[in-house]
Amino acid sequence: MSLEKQDVEKIAHLARLAIDESAIPGYAEDLSGILDLVDQMSAVDTDGIEPLAHPHDANQRLREDVVTEENQRELLQSNAPQTDAGLFLVPKVIE
Amino acid sequence: MKEKTLAELSALIAQKEISSVELTQYYLDRIERLDGGLNSFISVTQEVALKQAAAADQKIAAGTAGPLTGLPMAHKDIFCTQGVRTSCGSKMLDNFIAPYNATVVEQVSNAGMVMLGKTNMDEFAMGSSNETSYYGAVSNPWDTDYVPGGSSGGSAAAVAARLTPIATGTDTGGSIRQPAALCGITGLKPTYGRVSRWGMIAFASSLDQGGPMAQSAEDAALLLNEMAGFDPKDSTSIERDVPDYSANLNDSLKGVKIGIPREYFSEGLEGGVENVVQDAITEYRKMGAEVIDIDLPNTNLAVPTYYVVAPAECSSNLSRYDGVRYGHRCDDPKDLEDLYKRSRGEGFGDEVKRRIMIGAYTLSAGYYDAYYLKAQRLRRLISEDFSNAFSKVDVIMGPVTPNTAFRKGEKADDPVSMYLSDIYTIAVNLAGLPGMSIPAGFSDNMPVGLQLIGNHFDESKLLNLAHQYQSVTDWHRQAPAGIE
Amino acid sequence: MEWEMVIGLEIHAQLATKTKIFSPASTAFGAEPNTQACAIDLGMPGVLPVLNKQAVRMATKFGLAIDAEVARTSVFARKNYFYPDLPKGYQISQFELPVVGVGELEIDLEDGSTKMIGVTRAHLEEDAGKSLHEDYHGMSGIDLNRAGTPLLEIVSEPDIRSAAEAIAYAKKIHSLVQYLEICDGNMQEGSFRMDVNISLRPQGQEEFGTRAEIKNLNSFRFMEKAIAFEFDRQMDILEDGGKVVQETRLYDVDKGETRSMRSKEEANDYRYFPDPDLLPLVIDEAYIEEVRKELPELPNEKKHRFITHLGLSAYDANVLTGSRELAAYFEAVAEAAGGENKIAANWVMGELSAALNKENTKLSDSPVTAEMLGGMIKRISDNTISGKIAKQVFEAMWSGEGDADTVIEKKGLKQITDSGAIESLIDEVIAANPAQVEQFKAGKEQLMGFFVGQVMKVSKGQANPGQVNQILRDKLK
Repeated sequence: MSLEKQDVEKIAHLARLAIDESAIPGYAEDLSGILDLVDQMSAVDTDGIEPLAHPHDANQRLREDVVTEENQRELLQSNAPQTDAGLFLVPKVIE
Repeated sequence: MKEKTLAELSALIAQKEISSVELTQYYLDRIERLDGGLNSFISVTQEVALKQAAAADQKIAAGTAGPLTGLPMAHKDIFCTQGVRTSCGSKMLDNFIAPYNATVVEQVSNAGMVMLGKTNMDEFAMGSSNETSYYGAVSNPWDTDYVPGGSSGGSAAAVAARLTPIATGTDTGGSIRQPAALCGITGLKPTYGRVSRWGMIAFASSLDQGGPMAQSAEDAALLLNEMAGFDPKDSTSIERDVPDYSANLNDSLKGVKIGIPREYFSEGLEGGVENVVQDAITEYRKMGAEVIDIDLPNTNLAVPTYYVVAPAECSSNLSRYDGVRYGHRCDDPKDLEDLYKRSRGEGFGDEVKRRIMIGAYTLSAGYYDAYYLKAQRLRRLISEDFSNAFSKVDVIMGPVTPNTAFRKGEKADDPVSMYLSDIYTIAVNLAGLPGMSIPAGFSDNMPVGLQLIGNHFDESKLLNLAHQYQSVTDWHRQAPAGIE
Repeated sequence: MEWEMVIGLEIHAQLATKTKIFSPASTAFGAEPNTQACAIDLGMPGVLPVLNKQAVRMATKFGLAIDAEVARTSVFARKNYFYPDLPKGYQISQFELPVVGVGELEIDLEDGSTKMIGVTRAHLEEDAGKSLHEDYHGMSGIDLNRAGTPLLEIVSEPDIRSAAEAIAYAKKIHSLVQYLEICDGNMQEGSFRMDVNISLRPQGQEEFGTRAEIKNLNSFRFMEKAIAFEFDRQMDILEDGGKVVQETRLYDVDKGETRSMRSKEEANDYRYFPDPDLLPLVIDEAYIEEVRKELPELPNEKKHRFITHLGLSAYDANVLTGSRELAAYFEAVAEAAGGENKIAANWVMGELSAALNKENTKLSDSPVTAEMLGGMIKRISDNTISGKIAKQVFEAMWSGEGDADTVIEKKGLKQITDSGAIESLIDEVIAANPAQVEQFKAGKEQLMGFFVGQVMKVSKGQANPGQVNQILRDKLK
């Protein structure tokens, strides 16, 4: 699988990553190489094989519906780049 | 002092031959003196350490100490430590002071251990050489021109150089075992779900697992006793009693069946590494174990499968780093999209970006079935290879890596060749099995690791086999020259 | 050309749990910004989700209530997209394997007919936070208190053909989730939100047209207006030979029109995949039977019982089962009234509803309790008061003057049934109106009403009207 410049741009946008124009060919080459590696998977017929999402055949455990978290806003916002009146601030959201 | 294992230090403390403060200061001094050339620590938490040590000394005096009380250790900088920077080796989290403790950190601290600092690592645990860290490469203490392996390269180098008696690491595709092998120490990746992932910054959720990186199997057992256990805060944590991992170290190996996968000794395995591994297997024969050839037919599919599953999970796990609530934020974002793209573009390094993009691509519309679903089906085949093998043998043995440590920069520009160096470790993560690396000798003066793979929850057996080997060999006792 | 509209609804019902779906933080409404957003809700590095037991139980209840297959195994998936109110960069939802499968719901239409609407699925997911659009130094503020609140997204089949049907369906779901006590139904607080998928096709055509989705409607009235607007908009486009664009639109309450949501214009690629932090949700037979036993009587069952056992009309039964609370109130009134079901229904739907509306009071805050109203009706049926006097009694009870017996006693409103007393009142009236008596006797029978009115007037409405009629007739013969 060989990725072109516009493929890289599309993926970078999907993943919200700013990539320098000059770095795109390098990424295209690296990502194509990785996809070539990955494409070795197609050598095996996996028809009828159940996908395995987790190493163990376990079920989801459930939590009691009891409030145990208290307000820790100050602590939790101590890493925030910009806040005001308890809100996280971001450039204007337009709907 | 530096030659002493954790178990030996524990005895010294118990006999009150040394205080925790003295021991802690001893290691802090070593870090201060020697880590400049290694770069194995991102943060040294001297203040926290001395405070914890003083508290430990009080417990020891009061007679309320446990076996690990007062013993120094280091955490890979992937574990959240409240009030201490938790960077995950990334510029993205360079300014991140964790607001809570990982369960592992909590458990180790409850055991009375002293945190010396946070060790260096590949950025977000993505790498096999520790060269992707925002805080710079780590040197292999055996030869500082060489990489220590990754992603837990800082923990491996720090233990190898005896800057800490023991450390924690995490292993998603070999990140404990490969650096342990390359640095000549003992590393154990437990069964998936055995050690809580709460507070362990996620790379690939269905593969990540924390474990001990130590000088000996005996030490690894001591730390695993504290790290392991069910955690209600982690849905993938397994509700199952934790055995005393130190209890069976001295069991006899008579009649133990060791499987040797043919596929792990095929082309690509360096001769010097193969010789060391074969010698180790011979040693096990001498101890009474039965050695049986086995097949793991889908071995060559493990790397391709992994490079779909891990990037897919990582691309989603790392979406939270968006410059809004914590972490790096670009200057003067002109709009929301600019905020996202530049904060992430600047905050992540190349390897992380590559993996995020591979993951985003393989999950995107039209490709999901061909990549992600296909990989999950192969994951089952790989997993079944192991269950078939474990119906015949107790433990599987082979090399950890095809080569010994490589030079810094050698593979930095070739991601695929870097990925292929994890060929023997990756399948173990896909199947969720416990795996270990123990020092078994040298090739061209660089350490070689022997890999032990067990069935689910067979950590005790692995530790038993490792300890028995370490009782008749002294590879694990050898420390790099030049680090005094 | 005659156009037919095809509508499908996606309803987000906020589940009435105490904590978030994946974290133990409170879901209480109205807290200070970000004071109920814990590390998990904020998507801090290293946090992990654990599923709320109660949310699963509530979803199961809903599934059983609409006769749907409750999935023995369902899977949580990540829906990946970037938005400031979505802290992790993905929403945990269910995609390929939802907890509730295909079910159906009978709706009642205005003309008295009913229609079955298919429910495609219902799945559990987490809510997002809120972007506040007031100006914060030229920026938007993000409040993540709501992030992680459990939602049940209920998706209908495109079986709906009019705004009236859409509203009947939405109201039915709204009433059902409240019956089940799995959602408080509070639309102002956003506990019940509706997305409408609407397309047009020429009458008789099989194939669906291109649809637009109107998101986030939180009132039935707005939904009705939005559908009407959208019908006209799409019809205008189609009749001009244009094409409807598949897009997400918002209903602008002030302008009464829908508009395109520009920010979501680009095609989304959500990259769904199973959430590796969560394991499959497995529900067994025993659990389902246990939940089934907890189910209350459902609206349709109740409606049929009201008709067959309580003798109500279909219309009355439908109105009175509109909410579990109203139905319970009515049943308490009927019981206290000693089985005067029809009269009880009339009073609940009439005077009581009017008073509640007029005073803008919730049923639970009504100053007239069901026991008081039932007690009053009992006094009508045992002839202590007339229906007319009862209205006076009701008003007095509403103003807090006590129960019916107290009011009747205190105000002396007891009906006069003593024939002697009524006779003397009648004599009084006859004596005072000689001219009318003459005319009556001359054959002007219509004056009967006049006499009755006069007697009632002098009795202050308390004379038993039947007796008054009877005695008057005898006296005027």
